[in-house]
Amino acid sequence: MTTPTVTQSNSQTTRPRIPSRWERLRDSYLWYSFKRDHTAQLCLAIFIGLVIVAFASPLLAPTDPYDLRQIDIMASELPPFWIEGADERFILGTDAQGRDLLSIILYGTRVSLLIGFGAVILQALLGITFGLMAGYLGGRVDALLMRLADIQLSFSTLMVAIVVGAVVKATMGGAFYSEYAIIMLILIIGLAEWPQYARTVRASVLAEKNKEYVDAARVMGLRSKRIMFRHVLPNTLSPIFVISTVQIANAIISEAALSFLGLGMPETHPSLGSLIKSGFDYIQSGSWWITLIPGAVLVILVLSINLLGDWLRDVMNPRLYKG
Amino acid sequence: MIAFLIKRLMHAILVMFIISVLAFAIQDNLGDPVQQMVGQSVPESEREALRERLGLNDPFLVQYGRFALNAVQGDFGTSYFYREPALDVIARHLPATLELVFASMLIIVLFSVPIGVYSAIKPRAMLSRFFMGVSIVGISVPVFLTAIILIQIFSIGITITLFPESTGWGSWLNDFFSTEGNMPSFGRGYDLVQVFGHWETNLATWNGLQHLVLPSIALASIMLPLFIRLIRAEMMEVMQSDYVKYARAKGISMRRVYFVHALKNTMLPVITVGGVQIGTMVAYAILTETVFQWPGMGLMFLDAINRADTPLIVSYLMIVGVIFVVTNTIVDLVYGLVNPTVKLTGKPA
Repeated sequence: MTTPTVTQSNSQTTRPRIPSRWERLRDSYLWYSFKRDHTAQLCLAIFIGLVIVAFASPLLAPTDPYDLRQIDIMASELPPFWIEGADERFILGTDAQGRDLLSIILYGTRVSLLIGFGAVILQALLGITFGLMAGYLGGRVDALLMRLADIQLSFSTLMVAIVVGAVVKATMGGAFYSEYAIIMLILIIGLAEWPQYARTVRASVLAEKNKEYVDAARVMGLRSKRIMFRHVLPNTLSPIFVISTVQIANAIISEAALSFLGLGMPETHPSLGSLIKSGFDYIQSGSWWITLIPGAVLVILVLSINLLGDWLRDVMNPRLYKG
Repeated sequence: MIAFLIKRLMHAILVMFIISVLAFAIQDNLGDPVQQMVGQSVPESEREALRERLGLNDPFLVQYGRFALNAVQGDFGTSYFYREPALDVIARHLPATLELVFASMLIIVLFSVPIGVYSAIKPRAMLSRFFMGVSIVGISVPVFLTAIILIQIFSIGITITLFPESTGWGSWLNDFFSTEGNMPSFGRGYDLVQVFGHWETNLATWNGLQHLVLPSIALASIMLPLFIRLIRAEMMEVMQSDYVKYARAKGISMRRVYFVHALKNTMLPVITVGGVQIGTMVAYAILTETVFQWPGMGLMFLDAINRADTPLIVSYLMIVGVIFVVTNTIVDLVYGLVNPTVKLTGKPA
């Protein structure tokens, strides 16, 4: 962290030192509240831990589940270590194909997180751009974009994602879809959920755009694009920040739902959702761990993000758009 | 009121038009129905004849015109797989989904209102904190996972051997936490009662109700926490308002203030959100029906996708579109009626 010291040594009047970003964060209410909230600390720790473990999965996982040579079909459906009949090579047991459950969960978490983050970035790009345009430009642009958002939201984002996923898969064929599943899922979930961002951004842009600093920028002759992105956008960041956490959790759940319906990641490169799906076929034969252990990981991941989102909303307390 | 109705109607028609174009565009691009309908040995000339007979060789606009004209008359084409009108297939599957959604809504309303109101009135009570904790966990568990957990516990059964079996309390606790698992988790059961037409109901017999229990709880589990949190938040806001303070100052009994004065205004946003969530319920019904093999519209839709049964896919999309548009319009109207501050002719707030 650099501390921009602007004290002029030769002048008598010393200007007040501008605090660095780190110092501003340390003095902020956000940090103060974080220090006192043990739930938030725990959740952040779990979330960061899961992200690190997931993205380091090629280094940490005992086996490479994508490598068919390392899979032994004879070792399929072995239980986790605390149940009789377990094999010490497989701590959490194996799935129906004989893949080490721990390794495949680590890799699967990485896929789920990748799609979650990717989809939220796409949503944010689309939603922020459209929300800014709708709020700042107003008029016809606003009417058109918000009508579009209303229609799409009235169909519920999951429904849109399921229908688009199903249609794309049926049109392009299963093999093609599986090969580009990560990109497809990011596109589908990203396109299905942009209205959430657009509405939030639009609501705070409407509150901001009549303030003096916007008028001043306009009087200076700045172009609309610059005013929107450089002046208005930074002041709408806190609600964006809050819904981003919730949206990551939503995107991960949507991905899991699509994969569970067979419209997502293929079983050769499973996400947490497709692991749950493939394990579900074996639950009646008593192998509950294949479906419930990935399920538990999914719940812990989503729960920690949701609790962080709750805490953030309480701290920042923006008037979020309901619904 | 009339002006508002007409405006809403125009909007609904526009949305349905967009849906029909999209649905038809799908039909035009989706798979090759002829390949699905005939066997390997059928020669190309016969396939071509079949294509011609089904009208698959006509230009896009001609096909759309024919499709729209038929759709308005209630003819959505013939399902390639069932070989009967697609609307009949949907009509046969619709009651199962409606009953499932109805049972879930019942659970949601019965539980969310008392729990939401209680945790708003006593936000610091242990029980309220427990409910809020459970509800955030509930939001974080995807609906299909809830369904799988329910199946494991109540249908397959779990045996707990965590506590020492030798001691009396240990075996008692083991028995207490173990479940037998005799709840049905597959389909609608054998004991359906025909009401009229295609409508066979689960609600009339014990066996039917038993089959309905797990799926409806699973489907309710995703919405219930949302409604509890919403009702709690709205109720807490209403409790801060001047008219509630005034009612309390007048000496009206607290029960009356809570349930007559405050609850009325709490329900306003609940109606709007509830209407929107009906759509989400249809989406989650697909997941629930998949897990429980519940023979409703959602399962039918997924099967239709796998069979490239385009008329069925398209009619499902159209029917779901109608359901969404109708519920949204009704919600807007009801909201206008119960909230006198909304001017129906102007832009509804």
